[in-house]
Amino acid sequence: MKKMISGWSLIKLFTLLVYIWMFTPIIAVVILAFNPQQFGSFPMEGFSFQWFVKLSHNSTILEAFKNSLVLGSLTAVFSTAIGVPAAMAFIRYEFRGKEFFNTLLIAPIMVPEVVLGVALLLFIRWLQQPKSFAMLLIGHVVLTLPYVLLIVQARLVGIKREYEEAALSLGASPLQTFREITFPLLAPAIFAGMLFSFTISFDDVTATLFWATAQNQTVPVKIFGMLRNSISPEINALGAVMILLTVSTPLLAGYLSRRFTRGIDK
Amino acid sequence: MKEKTWRPWLLLSPSLTAVFLLLVVPVCFVIVYSFWLRAPSGQDIPAFQLGNYAKFFADFFYPSILLNTLRVAFETVILCLLMGYIPAFFFYKTESWLKPYLMLLVMLPFWISFIIRTLSWINILGDSGLINHLLLKAGLITSPLALLYNEGAVIMGLLQYLLPFMILNIYVSLDGIDKSLAEAAKSLGCTEWQAFREVTLPLSLPGVSAGCLLVFVLTCGTYLPPMILGGPGNEMIANLIFKRVIGTLDWPFGSAISVILMLLLAIIVYTYNRYMGINQIFKSLSNG
Repeated sequence: MKKMISGWSLIKLFTLLVYIWMFTPIIAVVILAFNPQQFGSFPMEGFSFQWFVKLSHNSTILEAFKNSLVLGSLTAVFSTAIGVPAAMAFIRYEFRGKEFFNTLLIAPIMVPEVVLGVALLLFIRWLQQPKSFAMLLIGHVVLTLPYVLLIVQARLVGIKREYEEAALSLGASPLQTFREITFPLLAPAIFAGMLFSFTISFDDVTATLFWATAQNQTVPVKIFGMLRNSISPEINALGAVMILLTVSTPLLAGYLSRRFTRGIDK
Repeated sequence: MKEKTWRPWLLLSPSLTAVFLLLVVPVCFVIVYSFWLRAPSGQDIPAFQLGNYAKFFADFFYPSILLNTLRVAFETVILCLLMGYIPAFFFYKTESWLKPYLMLLVMLPFWISFIIRTLSWINILGDSGLINHLLLKAGLITSPLALLYNEGAVIMGLLQYLLPFMILNIYVSLDGIDKSLAEAAKSLGCTEWQAFREVTLPLSLPGVSAGCLLVFVLTCGTYLPPMILGGPGNEMIANLIFKRVIGTLDWPFGSAISVILMLLLAIIVYTYNRYMGINQIFKSLSNG
């Protein structure tokens, strides 16, 4: 018995070490963002907000933030708008080649992102279209669609068909049934899918570097450009803002949705 | 219900159109382009020739980058597995009230930009980074160790990116195992370790192999960690593609390298699917 307990504490210790390993670099970014020195690294002497102030006066970075937010939001809307009907088709209907088409729609996950980047850029070039915001958007929709599908499908499996059949047998049209029955039950998954696509789009850099132009840079692309001349407290500050934003959004959303649904239950 | 067969197709058509036009067709273009010629003037000339592939395998330079990629991917998979299995096992076994929060923490890096997670290692491994600072202060070294811009740093960055995928894959698989199986083995006289080795471990293998495949595929398709944390000798195949396409605008050659990468991964995924079934990966991803 004693041996087993020490084994378990070793497991706990190891897990703790993995956590420390995983979060030390991230915490270091946030801490060093407050470093007052020009070549900000350890040891840190003092504490200052100057880099955040400097960021807020940098118009290209503010522009990049605006681009990222607009792009992320539009990606979330479009990818759920086309992903939810597809998930309905896969879970609620039987048809030929279902398995094949499901794999096809989830395939973008398994295609290396660098190839996705090259492929779409090459296609646009062949069509003799310039790189544009619209191209960035459709690229991000393809990147995020598989995740929306997986999340919505997983939830849809858990919603009993009987509810929908009851509505249909009482005379509701399929569209009415979706609006009144399926959609409210599915809403948390749709919301989760939107959040997920927003964050993937907001954070993506591998494919986006192929598609972005000087006019529609996103924040990660901007950070990539700034990295050319080594790491600076300014990059750490920008990183800290990004971390705060992308981490707090899902946490806050999760908290709000839990409170919200609790309100409905009562 | 027979007359409603058009309905699923109507629901599917937007997604299928999008994926067909924006993924299938462009990937076909990459394949076609890989046979084209690049004129000295920089123009791409339609052709059907294997020159781009011949160029790749002409000397040892490009194949060595391919081998380098495979080696780094293999090392990353092994380390991810070693670092990922124990935390996943901890989640499976623990009854602590902290469990949901700890699991949330594992998911947290998913929400943090890849580029930030990659560059964050500069603050740790750099000449004036955390490790060198602590070692200098402790008097263990007199000048900073060169921890950055080598393969180790690249692997750190890759692990940071991929470990959550591995942990979740293994956890999903472990979570599906009935705990009473291991209990039964123990009541029949197995030790804790034997029960794990004979019962729990084999049953968790689908998650382990799904995690390994995902980590391998994602490693092969990324260029950021080698670019930011690696030195000149640590380039991987995706860096080569990036450089050819964005740097020198050599589309035919860049396409050929992309095709080689896709073929390589297709062989690996196909082999995996033969033995394990690809659905395990999607199962874990939808849980994440």
